[in-house]
Amino acid sequence: MSDDDPTLGLRRVLRDDGSAQPDTDPFLADDVLLGMLRELLKIRRIDERMLGKQRQGKVGFFGTITGQEATPIATAFATEPSDWIFPALRESAIMICRGFPLGTWLAQAYGNERDVLKGRQMPSHMSGRATNQVAWSSCIGPQIPQAVGAAWAMKRRGERAIAVGFMGDGATSQPDFHAAMTFAAKWKVPCVLICQNNHWSISVPTAKQTASATIAVKAKAYGMPGVRVDGNDVLAVYGAIKEAADRARAGGGPTFIESVTYRMGPHSSSDDPTRYRSADEVAEWAKKDPIDRFERYLRKAELLDDARRAEIVASLEAEISAAIDEVEDLGPPSREVMFDDVFVQPPWHLREQRDELRALPHAPSGH
Amino acid sequence: MPEMNMVQAINDALASEMRRDDRVVVLGEDVGKVGGVFRVTAGLYDEFGEDRVLDTPLAEGGIIGTAIGMALYGMRPVPEIQFADFIFPAFDQIVSEAAKMRWRSGGEYSCPMVIRTPVGGGIRGGLYHSQSPEALFIHTAGLKVVCPSNPYDAKGLLLASIRDEDPVLFLEPKRVYRAVKMDVPEGDYEVPLGKAKVVREGSDVTIVSWGAMVYEALAAADTAAAEGVDAELIDLRTLWPLDVDTIVESVKKTGRLVVVHEAPKACGFGAEVVQLVNEKAFLHLEAPPARVTGWDTPFPYSMENEYLPLAHRIAPTVLETARF
Ligand SMILES: Cc1ncc(C[n+]2csc(CCOP(=O)(O)OP(=O)(O)O)c2C)c(N)n1
Repeated sequence: MSDDDPTLGLRRVLRDDGSAQPDTDPFLADDVLLGMLRELLKIRRIDERMLGKQRQGKVGFFGTITGQEATPIATAFATEPSDWIFPALRESAIMICRGFPLGTWLAQAYGNERDVLKGRQMPSHMSGRATNQVAWSSCIGPQIPQAVGAAWAMKRRGERAIAVGFMGDGATSQPDFHAAMTFAAKWKVPCVLICQNNHWSISVPTAKQTASATIAVKAKAYGMPGVRVDGNDVLAVYGAIKEAADRARAGGGPTFIESVTYRMGPHSSSDDPTRYRSADEVAEWAKKDPIDRFERYLRKAELLDDARRAEIVASLEAEISAAIDEVEDLGPPSREVMFDDVFVQPPWHLREQRDELRALPHAPSGH
Repeated sequence: MPEMNMVQAINDALASEMRRDDRVVVLGEDVGKVGGVFRVTAGLYDEFGEDRVLDTPLAEGGIIGTAIGMALYGMRPVPEIQFADFIFPAFDQIVSEAAKMRWRSGGEYSCPMVIRTPVGGGIRGGLYHSQSPEALFIHTAGLKVVCPSNPYDAKGLLLASIRDEDPVLFLEPKRVYRAVKMDVPEGDYEVPLGKAKVVREGSDVTIVSWGAMVYEALAAADTAAAEGVDAELIDLRTLWPLDVDTIVESVKKTGRLVVVHEAPKACGFGAEVVQLVNEKAFLHLEAPPARVTGWDTPFPYSMENEYLPLAHRIAPTVLETARF
C-alpha cells in the first residue's frame, strides 16, 4: 500500500525541513502548539513507563500507541468537551488530554480499587463518563456503528455535540465497519469516523487486509467524504479532524478519515513483531516519527529549544511519577463488586451467588 | 514417544493431517506467517504455503462464511477464531448456516469443517479473552462440540474431528495450552468423538467436567479422598453428542453427581447433564445433583481466580454431595 493515492492525495502540513505548508496549516496559537507537544511527549512517556511496569509484572498487559500519538492528541485538541469519543485500542489516551485525572486513568491498568471500571477490563481499555469517552470491548469493530447511533441521537436532539469513532485498519474488514459507513452517510449524522492505518493488524499487513489501494477511498462508495491524512503529522491530523467536526456540527454529515501512520511497538505486550516484520521497515518509519517532526517545526518557528524541552520533559516526569505513585500500591477491588452492574440491581440469583462467594475463603493467588 | 504440550499436539495433528489429506486448509487471523497468537499453527505456513494456510482479513463472519463455501465444494477447512470471545461476529454463519446445511438441503449438502478456538480463563484476559461459550453452540442442532483437557486427547480428537462429516467446534482450553506435557504418539491415531473418559475411578460421588477444570476437579477429588470420600471423575472430551452412557453408568454406581464448568451457571451445559441424569437415573440418586461453575457475571480481569470454579470451591461441594 503506497502512502500516496493519486485521487485523494495525502494531506500534510509539516514539511521535512520543519516548515509548514501554508495552505493546510491550521495556524494554532503558540501556547496551543506547545500544549500539543507536551501531550504528545506525555503519552509517549506513559507508554514507556507502563511497558516497563508490564515487564516488572506490576500490570498484566499494555497496548502501546508509540508512533501513533498524533491522532489521539489531535482529536483531543480538535474536539469540544461535549463531543463523544468511541475509542479502539490506540485511543485510550484521548481522555487524559480532555481532562481526566492521570492517576485514575493509570489505575485502570492496575485494575485496582481506584479504577472506575472496577478491575473488570484488561489494561489499556480506559474509558470515563466524565470525559465522554465510551467504554469499549476488546472486540474489533462494534464501536463504529455505535458512534453513528450516538451521532444520530445528537442530531435528533439538535445538540452541538458530535461523535468521533475510531478503528484500526483491520477493523475496516469487519461487517460493522460497512454498516457504520452505510448508516452514517444515509442518515447524514454528525460524526467523524477515523481509521488509524498503522499498517499492521497484529501480524497481518494492511496489504493483506484489503485489495483496495487505500482505505479512505472506500468512503466514496458509501457516499461520504473520505480524507487521507499523514497520521504522523499532528497539525495535518488536527486540521482534517477540525474540518470534519465543523462540517458535522454545521449539518454537513459524516466524514471518514484515514490517518496513515505506523505501529512502532509490538501489537501489545504479548506480541513479538520481529517474527513478522523487518527491522528495516521499522527504521524507515522511525525517521517519520510524529514527535520528532513536530519538534523540528517548533524549533524552526523558535517556539522550542533544548532548555524549554528539558523543562517540559522534567515536569512530565514528575507528573507521571506522582500519578503512578498515587495508585500503584492500592489494593484490588473487593471481590463482591463482580456482582454489581450486571443489572442495575442484582436479581436473586446474583445476590445468592454473592453470598456464596462471601462465605468462601479467598482463592489461591487471587488477583 | 515425544513429550508435547497441547499447543504442540494440536500443531502436530494439523501438520500430519495436511500432509495426508490435501483438502485440509487452515485459515484465520494471524495463523499464517506468525503461526497464530498462541503459536498453534507455527510452521504450517512454511511447510504448506499460503494457498493452504491463509492469513485472512479481520472478519470472523468472513472466515467462517468462506470456510463453509470451501467445505461445500469438498475442501476440509480448519478455520481458527483467535479467541472464542470473538466467535460472535461469526455466530450467524455457524448457527444459521454451518449447523443447518445438511438438514436444510435434505442431506444433499454438508459442510464438514473444524472451527478451532481457544476458550476459558486463566491468562488474565478479562471479559473478552476468557469466555467459555460452549452451551450456545450445543443448543444449536447440527454442531458437534469437542473440548480436550490434555495433549494426547487434543491430537486424537482433532484428527477425528477433521475426518468427521459434520461441522465440529473444537474448543481449546488455553489455560492448559502450555501447562501440561505428556507423551503423545507421533503417528496417526484418533480419539473417537462422543466418548468420555473416566480419569479417576471412585465409588462415592461422580464428578463430570471438561477442559481446564478437569485438573481442578482432580485436585478436589484428592482433597475429598483425604477426607475419606472416593470420587469418580469423568472428563467428557466431547461435549456434544454427549457420552450419556458413561455418566449414567457412573451415577448408578455412586448415586451422586457434581458437574464442574467454567462457563456461567444459568443455562450452562451442566444443567443439561444434570437433567439427563434425572431422566435416566433418577431412582439411583441419593443426593441432589450439584453444579460448581463460573458465576452469572461477565468474566472479570482482576479477580479471575475468584470467578473460576477452582478446587477450593469444588471440594466442599463434592464432600457435601457425598455426605448428603
Ligand atoms: C472481533 C475480534 N476479532 C479478533 C480480535 C483479536 N485482535 C485484537 S487486535 C487485532 C488486530 C487489530 O488490528 P487493527 O484493527 O488494525 O488495529 P491495531 O491493533 O493495529 O490498532 C486482532 C485480530 C479481536 N480483538 N476482536
